[in-house]
Amino acid sequence: MIRGSALERGLAGCSVCERILRIPPGAGHAKLRCPRCGAAVHVRKPDSLRRTWALLIAAYVFYVPAMVLPITRITTLGQVQEDTIMSGVVYFVQNGEWPIGVVIFVASIFVPVMKLVILTLLAISVHRRSQWRPQDRTRLYRITEMVGRWSMVDIYVVTLLVALVRVGELANIDPGPAAFYFASVVVLTIFAANSFDPRLIWDRMETPRD
Amino acid sequence: MKTPLITCHDCDLLQRRISVPPGSAARCARCGAVLYRHVPNAVERTAALALAGLVLFFIANAFPLLSIRVGPEVVSAALPGAVLTLWAEGEHALSALVALTCIVAPALVLLFLLRVFLPLRRGRVARGTVPMLRALEAVQQWNMMEVFLLGILVTVVKLVKMATVIPGPGVWAFFVLIFLLAAATWAMDTEVVWDRLEDGA
Repeated sequence: MIRGSALERGLAGCSVCERILRIPPGAGHAKLRCPRCGAAVHVRKPDSLRRTWALLIAAYVFYVPAMVLPITRITTLGQVQEDTIMSGVVYFVQNGEWPIGVVIFVASIFVPVMKLVILTLLAISVHRRSQWRPQDRTRLYRITEMVGRWSMVDIYVVTLLVALVRVGELANIDPGPAAFYFASVVVLTIFAANSFDPRLIWDRMETPRD
Repeated sequence: MKTPLITCHDCDLLQRRISVPPGSAARCARCGAVLYRHVPNAVERTAALALAGLVLFFIANAFPLLSIRVGPEVVSAALPGAVLTLWAEGEHALSALVALTCIVAPALVLLFLLRVFLPLRRGRVARGTVPMLRALEAVQQWNMMEVFLLGILVTVVKLVKMATVIPGPGVWAFFVLIFLLAAATWAMDTEVVWDRLEDGA
């Protein structure tokens, strides 16, 4: 059994200036203030699991319209063509431009799904007091923190297309309703990852089961 | 004096600070998270990179990122213009999100870095340093310029069959700015500030 977290010794580190402070007895997980830089020091992130679950569930809900509804609406000579994220990927792969199809697939489908699944599994593992590979679970958490932002690619592509393609002769591109839902998924999962506290993984390694 | 102890942000392991050779990082003994780095001339480096970044920030926003030519017509898109077009289309939330992640967040990171590290070069801790350092981590998270660059690339590939796509001066500035900002925040060393606060107390 690994022993040695700061909490076990009644100490906490300030996340801004790294100063070590003593947790007053009976303070529990309450908010403290760093005596040096004045930052709020949370021994553990407040309501970590509950907030993570709430944000994850919201993200799952928003993910459905993000996939089903059109993300772009292209009008050419009065004809309207609607594309979903998935139909965009299929279009590029079928037209032999698979590198761009892969980029969009990874950024818009693989990354958000992976992020949702990993965060869900991490939250479950903490609930179940799992002892399974804490190093690897912490690493998974760091990966979700790092890659989530790349899902914004499609939103930026739509932004640029809307700005560039507005010549009558060529075509006109409008963002579809999925753009809003998809952006919401990205933002919600960023907040979900922020509210999850990886230290909980290690706490469960230290507190013996009762 | 440095605090002899440090806790890991990811797993809360309490460990002793050790000195690391220049150019390398100290990692948590238990979960492998980076605890701190030893960057030579860290303060000067951050200040210099942020100052260069400020110049590029203006170029990146003032000049077109991409232009397309269809027959005689040329349409250019600069970043602020693209955000405004999206707003005019009624996509207010999306427009605000793009503005936040590609204009506001990078601008704030640059301003905070300059305001903190330029005076620090001469050994002065500027007013507002502590709140700016506290806010910096949150702000940095919303700076997504590198993702936008990938978006530019995808857009070019999408349009290249339909029209002539011309990269504008803004895109080069944008590209360099990404590296400058990453290097500036990577080198960030705030130990001096905290030492000063400790002495003042």
